[in-house]
Amino acid sequence: MMKTNENNAPDNLEALLPWHAAGTLNRRDADVVERALAQDAELARHFAMVREEMTETILLNEALGAPSARVMENLFKAIDKERKGARNEATSGLGAWLVELFSPRVLAFSASAAAIVILLQAGVITKLVMQDQGAIGSYETASAPTSTTRGIEVGSFALVRFAAQANVADLTRFLDSRGVTIVDGPRPGGPGGMYRVRIARTYLSPDELDRAVKEFQAAGSNLVSFAAPTE
Amino acid sequence: MQVLFARHQVRVYRFVLRLVGNQASAEDLISEVFLDVWRQADRFEGRSAVSTWLLAIARFKALSSMRRKPDEELDEETAGAIADTADDPEVAVQKKDKGEILRKCLQQLSSEHREVIDLVYYHEKSVEEVAEIVGIPEATVKTRMFYARKRLSELLKAAGIDRGWP
Repeated sequence: MMKTNENNAPDNLEALLPWHAAGTLNRRDADVVERALAQDAELARHFAMVREEMTETILLNEALGAPSARVMENLFKAIDKERKGARNEATSGLGAWLVELFSPRVLAFSASAAAIVILLQAGVITKLVMQDQGAIGSYETASAPTSTTRGIEVGSFALVRFAAQANVADLTRFLDSRGVTIVDGPRPGGPGGMYRVRIARTYLSPDELDRAVKEFQAAGSNLVSFAAPTE
Repeated sequence: MQVLFARHQVRVYRFVLRLVGNQASAEDLISEVFLDVWRQADRFEGRSAVSTWLLAIARFKALSSMRRKPDEELDEETAGAIADTADDPEVAVQKKDKGEILRKCLQQLSSEHREVIDLVYYHEKSVEEVAEIVGIPEATVKTRMFYARKRLSELLKAAGIDRGWP
């Protein structure tokens, strides 16, 4: 029975388990939960249930697909339309600058100009993007090997999400020690970055792969927040 | 904008789709979300992650859109969106694996419960971020998640999987 207090509200440690599984607790709370899990078998059982729920929630959402190309077309048409309307009025401020910068018309002037604008956009938007990636220490390193390993499709693979609190050094050490290589990622749209990793250099049967993925996730429980077999 | 759009469009779409239950509506809404973001880019103060900001805007637009529709239409659309080819849970338990049943039960949760579960498990939002997106106190976020999970367990039990809780 999950612990509740006299008001039938969830016990605080129990209540934190979903966020611990997702790797979104701060270090102090994560340490408290980790210690409790090590000492309380019932709590650990509940945590296993939480991880199951998380795995299926991720798979369910991943199966929803992606928006069609018409979304992007409609968006940039609307932006262009508004930009035309605002052109005479937009004379100062960051808003006006962004209007110019993001305009498809600007992009259409020439290939080289477009390239420069895209670079500028990346620079302007870096603040926004990096804010979102800030909590994910593994982003740069985890994606780095992609170019060197992509294309080598021999082996057995898993879809993995790394814990937000994982740091670069620990992650590199862990992957090296297991002989695991990141072959793709972060996947566009994957929350926090989903990565495809090569779990084994040889083909494993579905049961063997399932066991290997579970073992991989258990060994790196503080670094890997999600892992599931994939093709 | 292209960078921001490319990075976030899929997950914002999935979040909205789970709320409104209709692909065409979800696509229209995310166009509006990113258009608003483009209009308000200079107002982003950086106090929260961009994805949190986007999801909060998306949620507001999705709920506004749902309020504009007659209940009957909404229910029909939602039901259509979550319907799949799987058997009902009682039958499914005999031949499907536990994961499939769990996913089926996740789809049967109320919109409020689905939302908090998606935000925590899929969108990796902290307690504070969920509170910001949904507009409720942090303590309520924890309680809502607890009751969402409890309801999920009840649905699982009805489908033949007793997790020993609640």
